[in-house]
Amino acid sequence: MVSSVILVPALLNGLMTGAVYALVALGLTLIYGVLHIINFAHGALLTAALFAAFFANKLLGIDPYVAALFLAPLFFGIGYALQRFVIGPAAHGEDRNILLVTLGLAVMIENALLYAFRADTRTINLSYAFDVVEIGNSFLAVPRVVAFGVVVAIAALLWFAMRWTDTGKAIRAVAKEKLGAELSGINVAHIYAVTFGLGTACLAVTACLLIPTYYINPHAGNAFVLIAFTIVVLGGMGSVAGAMLGGLFVGVVESFSGLYLGESLGQIGIFVMFILVLLFRPSGLFGERA
Amino acid sequence: MPEPFLSVSELHTGYGVTEILRGVSLAVQPGEVVAVLGSNGTGKSTLNRTISGVMRSWRGAIRFDGVPIERKKPSDIVAAGLIHVPEGRRIFPNMTVRENLDLGAYRRNRTRRTPSRDRVFGIFPRLAERQSQQAGTLSGGEQQMLAIGRGLMADPRLLILDEPSLGLSPLLVEELFALIRTIAAQGIALLLVEQNVAQSLEVAQRGYVLDNGRVVLEGSADAIGNDPNLKRTYLGM
Ligand SMILES: Nc1ncnc2c1ncn2[C@@H]1O[C@H](COP(=O)(O)OP(=O)(O)O)[C@@H](O)[C@H]1O
Ligand SMILES: [Mg+2]
Repeated sequence: MVSSVILVPALLNGLMTGAVYALVALGLTLIYGVLHIINFAHGALLTAALFAAFFANKLLGIDPYVAALFLAPLFFGIGYALQRFVIGPAAHGEDRNILLVTLGLAVMIENALLYAFRADTRTINLSYAFDVVEIGNSFLAVPRVVAFGVVVAIAALLWFAMRWTDTGKAIRAVAKEKLGAELSGINVAHIYAVTFGLGTACLAVTACLLIPTYYINPHAGNAFVLIAFTIVVLGGMGSVAGAMLGGLFVGVVESFSGLYLGESLGQIGIFVMFILVLLFRPSGLFGERA
Repeated sequence: MPEPFLSVSELHTGYGVTEILRGVSLAVQPGEVVAVLGSNGTGKSTLNRTISGVMRSWRGAIRFDGVPIERKKPSDIVAAGLIHVPEGRRIFPNMTVRENLDLGAYRRNRTRRTPSRDRVFGIFPRLAERQSQQAGTLSGGEQQMLAIGRGLMADPRLLILDEPSLGLSPLLVEELFALIRTIAAQGIALLLVEQNVAQSLEVAQRGYVLDNGRVVLEGSADAIGNDPNLKRTYLGM
């Protein structure tokens, strides 16, 4: 047995990693739940957001946490426009077209970033990047604690907005009953774009939370999106609560796998669990859809 | 003669390459109740979907209140006061009765919701009792009333009802037709698509019979009801 001196910090660190995974998964599952498409451009858009956060800091000296305040609306706008003016019209209502369009977008974004910035890996230096706080007996990196808090706040805000605002209700209506929503006067193309925008805004916030402690290169987003896909499946496709719980769960699994199997094998635990869930609970770990 | 409130002229449409409507023309005057009859699969729902803009017309014109609408978005057609209560209800099962109704008024000013809701509750008192119940847990009859109630929340000037009596018990069908009369009495024009021939022709002033994507019979409700060909030839009864 490993003592609680090691287990508790591993658990807390796992939850914090998991929160960031959850935010990536949240965007993905939101788009899946409403548009019923898998957005293959999610990883490339995360990479683009990482570059945006990077250059906001390198060129303009803006702290990543401050940058989140304008990158989130900016990426909302980018996501909105992509869905409304590119993906939607190009797809002609055919799901397999949408799949190809988002895949094509991913290739374009990644190659543009590769062309502009080469394959170099970059980092930024922040005074607080290595600060730690002590919680119980655990020392936790400040940027990770901030990330956890921000993700929990965003999830709560989103939950509230989905239940209590007109647009939130319209999004839920379109997700569950598109024809009924259309005939109620809800502009489905607009709601699709808003949802895509929200999913993309999640990525901008993720990028700002990651950049203090993470490196970037033109493929950086993909590692997260692969994990986010597994979370979306674990949490039940389209379930917002499932994405949150699934994200935290996956973070903890990774952390404990790292503890028992060694740092470099941490992520193997995720995929082993993923395959087990697909075999035994194909509808996901956490029941119902949002 | 003045231009009709709703006019459909020589409408053609279909799915993929299969033509379903082969030149349908019909008209509804303000405040008029018009029945559209026809056996299963003749294209009645397709006609409704094309009028409300969720399906594109291939050819032909649709005008509502003097304005061409065949190229408009469904949400703009709703905003103009032409509301389609679809076959199969299409309510939001995971939301409360009240949320369903409020979404019906999505395009309108928020301040209009309470008076509209009160009006709907006046017509359907049972919805008032079930306000905070999840719509998915309502009985079939209640779900149909909710679907119509949601349509009324948009303040329709013309309401299309697609097979509202489908799946209801005879007693509930009686009740439903009484409610349809109440709605018509408020001056809302109705395009009533039904399999329930006798009862629809009782509420309607005029009617059209559709067969194989074409209008094969039209006229006053009485004339249609008395047509010797109606049941055997067109409705396959
Ligand atoms: N989504 C669809 N795709 C292909 N064919 C359809 C679709 N919906 C209806 N149809 C076909 O169109 C014809 C008319 O259908 P519909 O308008 O629903 O008839 P009705 O409402 O009069 O029963 C039917 O033959 C039906 O099979
Ligand atoms: Mg039908």
